[in-house]
Amino acid sequence: MARTLINVPTTAKRGDVIEIKTLISHPMESGYRVGTNGTMIPRDIIRQFVCTYNGEDVFRAELSPAIAANPFISFFTVATESGTITFEWRGDNGFAASETAPITVE
Amino acid sequence: MTRPLWHWSCAAAMVLAVAFGAEAGEIPANERRSDYALMGPELRGMQEDDSANPGMLWVLDGEVLWRRKDGSTGRACADCHGEAAHSMRGVAARYPAFDQTLGRPIDLEGRINACRTKHQRAEPFTFESRELLSLAAYVARQSNGLPISADDDPATLPFVAAGRAIFEQRQGQLNLSCAQCHDDNWGQKLGGATIPQGTQPGTRFIGSSGKVSAHCSGGYVIVWSACARCHMPTAPRR
Amino acid sequence: MRPSRREFLIGSAGIGMASALPASATPAMLEEAIRNVIGEANLQTGKITLEVPPLVENGNTVPVTIIVDSPMSEAEHVKAIHVFNEKNPQPHVISITLGPRAGKARIATRIKLADTQRIVGIAEMSDGSFWTGEASVIVTIAACVEDVK
Repeated sequence: MARTLINVPTTAKRGDVIEIKTLISHPMESGYRVGTNGTMIPRDIIRQFVCTYNGEDVFRAELSPAIAANPFISFFTVATESGTITFEWRGDNGFAASETAPITVE
Repeated sequence: MTRPLWHWSCAAAMVLAVAFGAEAGEIPANERRSDYALMGPELRGMQEDDSANPGMLWVLDGEVLWRRKDGSTGRACADCHGEAAHSMRGVAARYPAFDQTLGRPIDLEGRINACRTKHQRAEPFTFESRELLSLAAYVARQSNGLPISADDDPATLPFVAAGRAIFEQRQGQLNLSCAQCHDDNWGQKLGGATIPQGTQPGTRFIGSSGKVSAHCSGGYVIVWSACARCHMPTAPRR
Repeated sequence: MRPSRREFLIGSAGIGMASALPASATPAMLEEAIRNVIGEANLQTGKITLEVPPLVENGNTVPVTIIVDSPMSEAEHVKAIHVFNEKNPQPHVISITLGPRAGKARIATRIKLADTQRIVGIAEMSDGSFWTGEASVIVTIAACVEDVK
């Protein structure tokens, strides 16, 4: 399981716009680099990142080889209700990772 | 497996750079500056934010390795050293240090591997492997914010002198010595990048392991010796 | 003037590298990528800002912040953001889907740039309009196309 680092406030007031930061370890091999044996290293990237809040999509990103290794994505969302925020990454070679973070909204 | 000679020479050079004041010669003590001070604002911002700093991924891996039982003794680092936050505080800050058994200075990775072979009876990690970088990053993290005070044991002096000689020796395809950039031209630009001083860079980053390079795509954990790979491509690996 | 041995070596290494490089994106590829997103719609300049350092030492990790000026209300919000580049081997950088639940259209990430170039952002609004903004970056160490050592 890839190492991830998620930063989500644990509590928020209803209606607050909160910042979420995510970091996941992944080589994001672009597929354009030439290896030591002279052949291209095949592409191996995360293609999709989705954040859902109590099951509803709140952020979605399609990544390309131009995203740097160990993808860092930070974004904002409205704290609507208490529950669980879920993060999912999917990529080449069957890569799949997910994390959850609880949030309490007053 | 023996450590390549150039590696402990680099360690000695690091000792040289931090252990001495005016005697190191070229950069007066009051002009010494961490690489951190010369960094661009975006790079500094990346390093300051733990939730955005990719090096933290290695620190997290290191924490797992700290607790993992290994070797024929089936012991984890934690079994002898307990909680790293307590037992490892200040440790990375005083490496490289002189090792009585080996009769020469040893750096943090060397110490980790020495512990593995001697006390865990496990295979040493390969230099710059993910495991070794992670454990070193985790241990160094416990010295976050502490000043670097590498060993001033007089036994290190001959190694420091050897390190100084290498630091000042022209080598490689471009016939440059480390000193020519890092003592004589620090603060100026080389191809858009500001030249840091030869002292341990990135002290703010993951503690005082002083091992930072922007050249590992996203990784930010690279051993000092990797500088030679690009800047002195044909320098002999002694 | 006869090149010195050092200049000759560096020069010939450069030639060797150039023949091994993959084809890079052209301005035409960038235009096509933008057209694929906006179709026949009109592209207006404004509302979207790309914050990126004007000069980066290492193109492998370029911090970018994408900001779109929008209330992000149910009635008026950003539906999608697309970022493209000019000279990487392929023109796409990232495509983001948003909505009123975002609260603020501000996304930060880190990208790879293979050369000094422009990056172009397109914001698609809830009213169907498209807005564009761009930034130029000088890159001293290229991403994507370096050899593995």
